Amino acid sequence: MPQIVFDQVEKSYGSVRVLPPLDLSLNDGEFTVLVGPSGCGKSTTLRILAGLETLSGGEIFFDGAPIGALEPKERDIAMVFQDYALYPHMNIAKNMSFALRLQKAPKSEITEKVQRVADMLNIGHLLDRKPAELSGGQRQRVAMGRALVRDAGTFLFDEPLSNLDAKLRGKMRTELAEMRDTIDKNMVYVTHDQVEAMTLGDRIVVMNEGTIQQQGSPEELFKSPVNMFVAGFIGSPTMNFMDGALQQAESGLSVTGDGYTLPLTAEDAARLHNATSRDVVVGLRPSSFERNASLPGQVALKVVVAEYLGAQSVLVTHCGQQELLVEMQSAAPLKAGTTETFGIRTDEIMIFDKASGLRL
Amino acid sequence: MQTANVNRLTPYLFMAPALIVMAVALMYPIGYMIYASFLNWNPSQRIGEAEWVGFSNYINLLQDDAFRESLWVTLKFAAIVVTLEMIIGVGLALLLDRNIRGMSVLRTIFILPMMIAPIVVGLMWRYMYHPTVGIFNRTLKSLGLEPIPWLSDGSWAFTSVIIADIWQWTPFIFILSLAALQSLPRSALEASRIDGATPWQQVIYIKLPLMMPVLIVTLLLRLIDAFKVLEVILVMTNGGPGLSTEILSLRINRTAAEFRELGEAAAMSNYLLILLLLLTVAMYLYNKAVEARAARLRAAAGGDA
Repeated sequence: MPQIVFDQVEKSYGSVRVLPPLDLSLNDGEFTVLVGPSGCGKSTTLRILAGLETLSGGEIFFDGAPIGALEPKERDIAMVFQDYALYPHMNIAKNMSFALRLQKAPKSEITEKVQRVADMLNIGHLLDRKPAELSGGQRQRVAMGRALVRDAGTFLFDEPLSNLDAKLRGKMRTELAEMRDTIDKNMVYVTHDQVEAMTLGDRIVVMNEGTIQQQGSPEELFKSPVNMFVAGFIGSPTMNFMDGALQQAESGLSVTGDGYTLPLTAEDAARLHNATSRDVVVGLRPSSFERNASLPGQVALKVVVAEYLGAQSVLVTHCGQQELLVEMQSAAPLKAGTTETFGIRTDEIMIFDKASGLRL
Repeated sequence: MQTANVNRLTPYLFMAPALIVMAVALMYPIGYMIYASFLNWNPSQRIGEAEWVGFSNYINLLQDDAFRESLWVTLKFAAIVVTLEMIIGVGLALLLDRNIRGMSVLRTIFILPMMIAPIVVGLMWRYMYHPTVGIFNRTLKSLGLEPIPWLSDGSWAFTSVIIADIWQWTPFIFILSLAALQSLPRSALEASRIDGATPWQQVIYIKLPLMMPVLIVTLLLRLIDAFKVLEVILVMTNGGPGLSTEILSLRINRTAAEFRELGEAAAMSNYLLILLLLLTVAMYLYNKAVEARAARLRAAAGGDA
């Protein structure tokens, strides 16, 4: 299980640069999730790591040894593909044992390994079937099984759950989370789904347009995003952003904008005291609202739509001209069209620089 | 009730013209040929005057050394050209299945031979094989080597005919193989690279097995065509020297035109027809089997979902 280091890794197709120089290190035994919107370079990064794409510049090191020129098979990796990439003409046992058979492993060992992994994944009864005879979820398991049988040092997952329906995806996500704890390997997982990233990753690397925006634990990313992109990408429902301006009042620093004025905590005030720009963007998580008149921040919102989700409801509201999402317990239903006053936990307010998008 | 009956007949009414055309254009000549094969029929006679001889044309043919030789030449020719064309065509496709600059131009050039009229191909090769002014022998001579009797020696003539056919028809296999290769699932090939397959192992364990359905159909199509080859050989050797390149179509042509044995020519055509029919049935059965298997797989997957 090597430590993997990307050193100034670049990728271009002709004159199109998809990955500007990228530095990244993946620690031994960690479950790292690369997450970002489509086209952010996360899949390319994974494919470069797998050796399916060549490097246009820079180098990758496994435990200090450069591997950029090595063939995929020399890198001790196993990979699960988005479309499973099973061999359609081989049965499941043959699919899972392909790598071992190429290595000319003893027959008894192959049978034993395949059986053990198949039992672990509950596909033991399917070994004689062809991939076309399996449902999507079963194919997904076979793809996992094929990677596990290899017993490689590093596992790569390229959006492995995105072809499954919502219910099955949730189930497989849980199973993956269990697997993560039982298998002590490097795992690199690519997804565009921040829920998968949050639930699976020991460490999440948020990417956008080929560059790493931030990396850290799920909690770090949620609680202290470094910029508006990360703040908006992590968390569901997504964070509300409102234009505003910092204002020094007699009671302390506050931020004000269309339809609201919110006091900032002393801590924020001290940090923002020297902020060069007065034009900011206020970030508010939908979960920061509470129907509590004793909170320091109070704002009047016009409820436009109430989306009932069971225990929770998501309210789409208007604050002046801006749309705000508010997450509430469904117990006290609010009617659309009414204007209500909500309390805001001011210690959860995030202030971003309007020009650069960076957290202030 | 009556309207319903009329309605049910409507599709047949619409199909009737096509059916009649087909019966006249296709069934009539075939029926005529089958009927003729039971006659001792000379072109100077009207068909009604010809003597009914039953199966004697078929029996005579089986004992006729020239026919058996011709059948053997045809089988040998078809087997050799199709085997070599498959190997070269699939091999080329495997080699050229990559992003090369100008690949589309190259591909067009590759399939040009297929588009040339067979008569022209025959003439072209006949001039290239010409014993004194042909390019091959002039080249050999300029290299100080002995000229080769390309078309005048029996075994060389057979080889020459094979070379010309391979030149003309390998592109057919190449183009179909390339299409099959390019429709293979990319991710399965990438998975095999990660699983540690070398390029050779990829070809043997992944690419060829996945191309197999297309290859089998291509093979059968090519075989059917190879049995019917006529023009190129007619122009190049006209069956000679001796009977060395006299494939069945040529023999049929000569039996009818030179020997004036229309009944025997018809019987010969029927033997060829039976041979081709067997191949066609084989292809049909193969397609059926593939379809049945696909349906079974779909049903099985559906049941487990």
